[in-house]
Amino acid sequence: MCGIAGLIYRDGTHEIGRDLTRMLQSMKHRGPDSTGYALYGPRGHRIVMRYTLADANTPRDFEFPDRLRRHQAQVVDRLRGLGATIHDVEAETEYAYRAVLELPSQNGTGALKAIADRLEDIPDCEVLSLGHSLEIVKDLGDAESVSHQYELGGFTGTHAIGHVRMATESDVDISGAHPYWAYPFSDVAVVHNGQLTNYFHWKRRLERSGHRFQSECDSEIIAVYLAEKMSDGASLEDAMHESLEELDGVFTYIAVTDDALGVAKDEMAAKPLVLYESDEVVALASEEIAIRAVLDREIETYDPYESEVLVWQR
Amino acid sequence: MAAVGERRITYDARGLAEPHAEAPRVATVEGGRATFDAHPLTTRQINLELRRLLYEEGITDVTVQNPGAKHSIGVGILTRCRLRFEGSLGYFGLGLIDGPEITVTGRVGWSACENMMSGVVVVESNAGSLTGAAMRGGDLVVKGRVGARTGIDQKGGTIIVGGDAGSMTGFMLQRGRLIICGDAGPGLGDSMYDGTIYVAGKVKSLGIDCIPGEWTDADTELVERKFSIYGLGSPPEFQKFVCGKKLYNYDNLEPAERKLVL
Repeated sequence: MCGIAGLIYRDGTHEIGRDLTRMLQSMKHRGPDSTGYALYGPRGHRIVMRYTLADANTPRDFEFPDRLRRHQAQVVDRLRGLGATIHDVEAETEYAYRAVLELPSQNGTGALKAIADRLEDIPDCEVLSLGHSLEIVKDLGDAESVSHQYELGGFTGTHAIGHVRMATESDVDISGAHPYWAYPFSDVAVVHNGQLTNYFHWKRRLERSGHRFQSECDSEIIAVYLAEKMSDGASLEDAMHESLEELDGVFTYIAVTDDALGVAKDEMAAKPLVLYESDEVVALASEEIAIRAVLDREIETYDPYESEVLVWQR
Repeated sequence: MAAVGERRITYDARGLAEPHAEAPRVATVEGGRATFDAHPLTTRQINLELRRLLYEEGITDVTVQNPGAKHSIGVGILTRCRLRFEGSLGYFGLGLIDGPEITVTGRVGWSACENMMSGVVVVESNAGSLTGAAMRGGDLVVKGRVGARTGIDQKGGTIIVGGDAGSMTGFMLQRGRLIICGDAGPGLGDSMYDGTIYVAGKVKSLGIDCIPGEWTDADTELVERKFSIYGLGSPPEFQKFVCGKKLYNYDNLEPAERKLVL
């Protein structure tokens, strides 16, 4: 089933970690397997990287702690080898890390691709996100557990999307959890509810263009598809409109960049989404109960229609 | 903007439902009318309180404040009564009802009034997809817009929509009426068996076996009567759509009726 949620504040920064946790927790019944967040903090000139060196269900053999230490040292070496200045590396959990970097040439996707490719060459290393504003956090369990584990309650920012997953077509692990970062493009992420039936067609096509995929999950296609369109000059809204024609299946997805949030529904409107919009905030979720979790008053909501694309700037 | 302080839903160990099976007895009763605040209550507690008031206390006029878009509220009410929900309902609200007159001042989520047997439901705002699915009787009035597949598998009764309707409205409609005052999305009346759909606005496309129908005096009488009952003003001009009867060739009889004919 899965549940998706998004929140974009138009009046400055808010406690988006806390708010999104409330939204996602209220939809726990839609997917208790894993929970994920794409949070957008204030944009800085430094790059924030979220990565993991193991999965929550990786077997803890006797060498596990040594392996983690060794792989973490390799991450640091390789970053330095790419000319990165490492300002901070923090272990968020036993296996998940947050690093703050500066690169000699930070604006090109080439630099981000080089980082992701070099780091993911290290066994079990997975780069969850790279960006000036975006931070993706995902793990097994419900929203309260993940938020507590990663201390997201105090995360402030302007917009965020999240996902609660009921695994159906790929494993219950962190790589199967949403949101997906649009490797190797900065600050683009997607959450999706549904199934894509031309997944392999698009995966092969995007792989031929040089993209790699972290997971076997169809939803990852959407993130990379959109980012590639945008890197060719399309706006987020145009790219999303094109996706309605080119992606096949049933889907409602939310896509975010560092300054916009959009939602698209397939031509059957088979997957739910409820929307609330005001001058201060736009909140959307698979169920209205999630919006009610952060808006403590009577509100006017509606379901977007089939083949509808809506985009908001922060 | 205020955010809630505490999580309002409690779950059992599976995260699916809360375990308390006793009515919370929080309603105030005055002059034969009951009112209670659903804000701090779970779905199960709200429904238990409703049932206690209607079936044990014999009260026939109940107002539920702040339902907060919780799911499955007001399901299976099988008695004549008047209910008022001050706020919005989540998914599967008011399903399987038989007899009540209900007003919802907010919105209803997906599958509201599924399998409604009789009575009246008036929703002052919008409704989600699958509104009135498999409805068998009564009147369902949504003053705002409705999502996709409204009236799917409808077997009787009347659904009136004040605004637009999404794709596949009246999908597999078997009997009954849909009156759409706004526009209708693609695939209107797809695979319908019977029944009638009236649309005042534009129709994006007709579904398989849905064709324009001939307007009769009975149609005028029906539309004017329903508009009058629900205070909807003067009815606009509608187009009528019916089943072309090319896709399915079933007759219009219930099994019991068929026995009588045969």
